Amino acid sequence: MTDLPLILTVFVACAVEAVEALTIVLAAGLTRQWRSTFQGMAAALVVLAAIVAVLGPTITLLPLTALRLVVGALLAIFGLQWLRKAILRASGYKALHDEASAYLREVAAAKAAPVSKRRWVSDWYAFTLSFKGVLLEGLEVVFIVITFGANQHNLGAAVIGAAAAVVVVAATGFVVRAPLSRVPENALKFAVGIMLTSFGTFWGAEGAGVTWPGNDAALLVLVPAVAMVSLGFAAWLRRGRGAGEVPGSGGPAATATAPMPATESEEVTGR
Amino acid sequence: MMRALKSFGAFWYDFVIGDDWQVAAIVVAALAVTALLTHVAGVNAWWLLPLGAFAALAWSLYRATARKS
Repeated sequence: MTDLPLILTVFVACAVEAVEALTIVLAAGLTRQWRSTFQGMAAALVVLAAIVAVLGPTITLLPLTALRLVVGALLAIFGLQWLRKAILRASGYKALHDEASAYLREVAAAKAAPVSKRRWVSDWYAFTLSFKGVLLEGLEVVFIVITFGANQHNLGAAVIGAAAAVVVVAATGFVVRAPLSRVPENALKFAVGIMLTSFGTFWGAEGAGVTWPGNDAALLVLVPAVAMVSLGFAAWLRRGRGAGEVPGSGGPAATATAPMPATESEEVTGR
Repeated sequence: MMRALKSFGAFWYDFVIGDDWQVAAIVVAALAVTALLTHVAGVNAWWLLPLGAFAALAWSLYRATARKS
């Protein structure tokens, strides 16, 4: 695999998470206090960078076969969970993630919370809200950066993809000063799920000892195959439900029944 | 202390396994069978894990939507 697919995959995955983190940071900064919000964000970024700096080089010390088996299994499981949620959202079985309403929820909670000062942080609520939001959304990015980077022995390219996404999303957020609700989040999550599942399957099977026909070129078949099967499932479920929405169109699904609410794990991981 | 450990474990369970543990179980089982076929039976079973992944996804979607219907 050349650097470009690696950078693009990490960029898209990171952009999705950065959009969600931006919503939380904006809610904390605009309704509470920017200084404490930035302190929380900076603290979370330091923790995330430390995790990459420690785990990245350590994981590359593992034998390649064991690394691919473990990382492949984790990525496949991770990717299938992303795909599952993206398909359920695209077919109207689950409510689409809405950055605008998520922002309003965070703003309401931020306005209601009392101000308290701790050591060098003048607004502890803004600090912790920003810290937790950036850390939780960033952990998935760290996972993807480390697994993709380690497998390709190119942690630098993965970090470049992640950093570029953070810069682009942060710059856009700074300009518009509002949650990026027009970003087609479900389509991006669909794409990330396809890439994670495909690469996880490819590396996991290699770790289990198989030789892929055509070696790395097998990915050129595997990625479209995973995409087609996933889109097929979404279309099939949509037809069964009588809803009409393409994956990630962002429009409301014409649903016969109310979509499932966000689950607890979704609130934790942001998937 | 126990509460903190439980929360830590629950976080990582949600982070990696997510909503449906059976997806993880099917993927791990497919990997194990692939390794057995490759190393014991000498079969280059490259096709098994993709089929396992599709089956896991189909089964998980079926369970999620059947609950809703």
